[in-house]
Amino acid sequence: MDTSPNLARAQWMSLLAQSDPAELAAAMDGFAPPADLSWLRPAQTGLYMLRGRVGGSGQPFNFGEVTVTRCSVQADGQIGHAWVRGGNARHAELAALADAMLQDEQRHARIQLQVIEPLRRALERRRDEASRKAAASKVEFFTVVRGE
Amino acid sequence: MYVAVKGGEQAIARSLELLAEARRGDPALPELELAQIREQLRLGVARVMQEGSLYDEELAALAMRQAAGDMLEAIFLLRAYRTTLPRFGYSLPLDTSSMRVRRRVSGTFKDIPGGQVLGPTYDYTQRLLDFDPTAPAAVTPATAPLPSQMPRVLDLLDAEALIERFAPGDDAEPFDLTREPLSFPADRATRLQNLARGDEGFLLGMAYSTQRGYAESHPFAGEIRMGEVDVLVCPEELGFAIEIGSITLTECQMINQFQGGNGVPPQFTRGYGLSMGEGERKAMSMALVDRALRCDELGEASYAPAQNQEFVLSHSDSVEASGFVQHLKLPHYVDFQAELSLLRTLAAQQSATPNEQPLSTAGEQ
Repeated sequence: MDTSPNLARAQWMSLLAQSDPAELAAAMDGFAPPADLSWLRPAQTGLYMLRGRVGGSGQPFNFGEVTVTRCSVQADGQIGHAWVRGGNARHAELAALADAMLQDEQRHARIQLQVIEPLRRALERRRDEASRKAAASKVEFFTVVRGE
Repeated sequence: MYVAVKGGEQAIARSLELLAEARRGDPALPELELAQIREQLRLGVARVMQEGSLYDEELAALAMRQAAGDMLEAIFLLRAYRTTLPRFGYSLPLDTSSMRVRRRVSGTFKDIPGGQVLGPTYDYTQRLLDFDPTAPAAVTPATAPLPSQMPRVLDLLDAEALIERFAPGDDAEPFDLTREPLSFPADRATRLQNLARGDEGFLLGMAYSTQRGYAESHPFAGEIRMGEVDVLVCPEELGFAIEIGSITLTECQMINQFQGGNGVPPQFTRGYGLSMGEGERKAMSMALVDRALRCDELGEASYAPAQNQEFVLSHSDSVEASGFVQHLKLPHYVDFQAELSLLRTLAAQQSATPNEQPLSTAGEQ
């Protein structure tokens, strides 16, 4: 699998997919849609078969499916793709649009600053809170020292 | 003899209307919203997703409402719906070692790196009905989050190589029961797919039987963890992997005694369970049954129902089982008429020759 040249793109595509759709919509609201816009592949919901591993680390096995919505768009010459978990077509459309706009050198920095970074901070904040709440239920064992 | 089997069309139409009316209940009460089901009946949603074999909280909530809370009916609805969707591909194997843990306990090791984290569990409730539930107090978060990486307990604590290990190996393409029918003997990956889709009640009973002596399992819960795991796919259009979101999973690693055999030294062996959402009972049952079904591989005496893969895997699926059991209420008029006339013939023959031995019934003549 080729990752290094595409690492930045993989990271923003992952973040767009992991983001809350309403927050993504709000962040994208401030951008005028590209003048030359065509939906190459309108949002379509289908399935991926999830794979687990035997014992967590062994041979793969087919675990069960997950709904995924994919979408492709051409915007001012850039082709944007999205694959997002679930059946939310708007989420996939916005993620594909953001992917296309992020590949445009003129727009990249502003989208990175006004869409990607706020979404990343929101995601990290939610994950941190969930983890600290779970940590509140961590068991602290006391060792009782037996007298002589 | 001719038996009328047509003519129920009007009755069926009225029956469907009665069903819709009964499902809705008192129209003076507001209809349940899907978001309420998803948020407040999350464990039911998890079960419908797991056995419906489709991770989608909205669809599972819709199925539960349409099925009026009948979980097996909701599972059937979800299974039927998934056949209408195209398959885009297979995910990369889920990496449960990088789970964002919300619960993690071990019944075998007290001091595990990262600690024991209880999370939301019914384990310490007193099972007293609460007639006046007040709004819950908000949980005060700890000052520090849990470690971002929580390695699996069994991978960490096996410095002495007394617990069997699983290597990824050659990552052979696993059998897919949604594409090809089950055949025997089924390998472990196929068995795990079957158990993952299997009915929780059936697997719970099977797992319980192994503890009661129908397969000598002597299990310990090595680790149970629940939390969020990223789903990664590698679409052809991209050629690199991306996350498409996260899902909640419960994983159970059982440890079982093993006396040694088939060239394997005495050691602890492992059973594995994985379930969508918070599905601890299902994951534990699955792990116990998975281990019992490894009897042939480990050269153990096989005598108990839970060790018989043809028995377990053929009867685990609630959609198949409820279909076959419930089909009995559909018209069998012709079959039954045939048996009835056979019995009448036999009875007539017997009364004609009262001193002879009774004739055997069907099948032997």
